[in-house]
Amino acid sequence: MNIIVCMRQVPDLVEELELNDDGTGLNREYLKLGVNEFDDWALEQALLLKEEHGGSVTCLALDTPEVDNTLFTCYAKGADKAIKIEGDFANGMTSHSAAKLFADAIKAMPHDLILTGVQSVEDLDGQVGVLLATNLGIPHVSVVTGVQVNGKVAVVRKEYAGGMLGEFEVDLPAVLGIQAAKQAPRYAPISKVRAMMKEKKIETSASADGATEAGITIRRMFKPESGKRAEMLEGDAEAVASRVAEILKERGLVK
Amino acid sequence: MLGKGREMADALGGKLEAALIGDPNLAMRLGKADVAVCVGDAAWANFAPIAYRNALAELIRTRAPRLVMIANTSMGMDLAAGVSALLNIPLVAYCKNARVEEGKIIATAQLYGGKLLTDAEATSDQLIVSILPGSFSADAGRSANAPSVEQVAVTATDGGVRFKQLIEPEAADVDITKQEILVSVGRGIQSADNIPLVEELAAALGGAVSASRPIVDNGWLPKARQVGKSGQTVKPKLYFTVGISGAPEHLEGMRDAGLVIAVNTDPNAPIFDVAHYGITADLFDVVPALTEKIKSAK
Ligand SMILES: Cc1cc2nc3c(=O)[nH]c(=O)nc-3n(C[C@H](O)[C@H](O)[C@H](O)COP(=O)(O)OP(=O)(O)OC[C@H]3O[C@@H](n4cnc5c(N)ncnc54)[C@H](O)[C@@H]3O)c2cc1C
Repeated sequence: MNIIVCMRQVPDLVEELELNDDGTGLNREYLKLGVNEFDDWALEQALLLKEEHGGSVTCLALDTPEVDNTLFTCYAKGADKAIKIEGDFANGMTSHSAAKLFADAIKAMPHDLILTGVQSVEDLDGQVGVLLATNLGIPHVSVVTGVQVNGKVAVVRKEYAGGMLGEFEVDLPAVLGIQAAKQAPRYAPISKVRAMMKEKKIETSASADGATEAGITIRRMFKPESGKRAEMLEGDAEAVASRVAEILKERGLVK
Repeated sequence: MLGKGREMADALGGKLEAALIGDPNLAMRLGKADVAVCVGDAAWANFAPIAYRNALAELIRTRAPRLVMIANTSMGMDLAAGVSALLNIPLVAYCKNARVEEGKIIATAQLYGGKLLTDAEATSDQLIVSILPGSFSADAGRSANAPSVEQVAVTATDGGVRFKQLIEPEAADVDITKQEILVSVGRGIQSADNIPLVEELAAALGGAVSASRPIVDNGWLPKARQVGKSGQTVKPKLYFTVGISGAPEHLEGMRDAGLVIAVNTDPNAPIFDVAHYGITADLFDVVPALTEKIKSAK
């Protein structure tokens, strides 16, 4: 079974996000990028399936800053192959374009199952997994928290509100938008990632011609109006704790 | 969404149609719409991603709406991006709002875990928006009127995805929806070993511990403790969050809590936009101090 995991680098939300000069996007110059957390879960699900059924796991990513580190980490976790799609993606990319790039690369690769994170923090024009599946003309299910493969079909669990699950039988090949797997993404020690940098190679794939447009323009990007922001409690832990205790008492929430 | 749809249809000078796939009996609740367009019968009762997408695409093709609004739920995520790619109609996802300005539809989407908003518009005439649940008043979508009902026949195509069954979530050890006080813990807690810290605070306050999704996905607390889009919707008198960023999917489940107090090291964390009181501090300092305070006050 050939499993492909599509991975994207997204801004790290712990860092301050700065806007560009005309206020229509992020200032990406000093942006710290890391792998989309749900893509990490997708890789975990892929590795679990490989352990159960054999086959190979290929990680496919766009050539964005710091992607090599992500792909060597994939090797360290047990991926068989890592490929980056070349191009100038430093200014970020719409979901529609990412999906097109992934689709063009995947058409030339053997694939039974394609996994990717259910969403990312920058999916303004939709989730890549669904767009990718539609581009390839194959089935998709998103918000998946469990996958079993039986020959040419997969049995997947899709999560709804309240933890309710829908179970579906899906003809392969298919794209699944992964929310979580049976176990948390495995950890790859830095030493192992370093060893992979020496031992393994990241393959490259040229991006196919003919970009797709998402068909939307951004008028403005802005921080939410801080009108009804919280009243901030200042002081050291002791002072803050006293103030909270008072507030709770005033409202009759503690006796 | 119907209330907002009504407003958009009026502003654009058009009709509001509600597409209903599945149980046609729901049509009577869609009185804000001019027409309820019903697809299917009992065979359509259960959602299936490709079958529903194809049905919706067929409706959009034949009725050519200016604007298509889809809820950004688990189902809506398959549908909105699916019809966008299939029909080549632009999509703005994660919308909190939409408006009409000089005849143009402008959608406001929430990105980066709620840290930024974006006003976006389509370069062509048609637009699909997926709407974050909880963005509009549900009351504004209700009406005593009944819409006119149109039944549309669409050939069912499973498209390679077949519904098998619904699986109920495992039973809860504690029903967090019935608690008056919740101490809710997020990824800021760092490891399972630190969970007792919040359990002690919850015990001192006479409440229970709930959590954000990553805590549950990591197996540190049971699924029944999860608050949010794919967890429980809670409405306690006190919702005290520690190390939760306030991602839109989390806020979906706690927006109506009485009093929200948040502890987070990041002064820009979106949780502070919904909290009444905020504390920019390390939870490992504040939580034990508060537990002590509450205990000693008793
Ligand atoms: C379809 C779908 C459904 C989802 N459903 C849900 C859901 O039901 N519920 C849910 O919660 N999420 C849900 N999510 C996930 C959601 O997108 C976020 O990933 C999640 O809510 C983040 O959880 P968090 O706030 O605990 O973690 P993070 O976003 O990582 O935030 C951790 C926070 O802790 C702070 N912090 C770190 N260290 C400290 C410290 N020492 N002291 C104080 N603060 C500290 C950080 O500043 C940060 O703000 C869903 C996602 C998808 C795609």
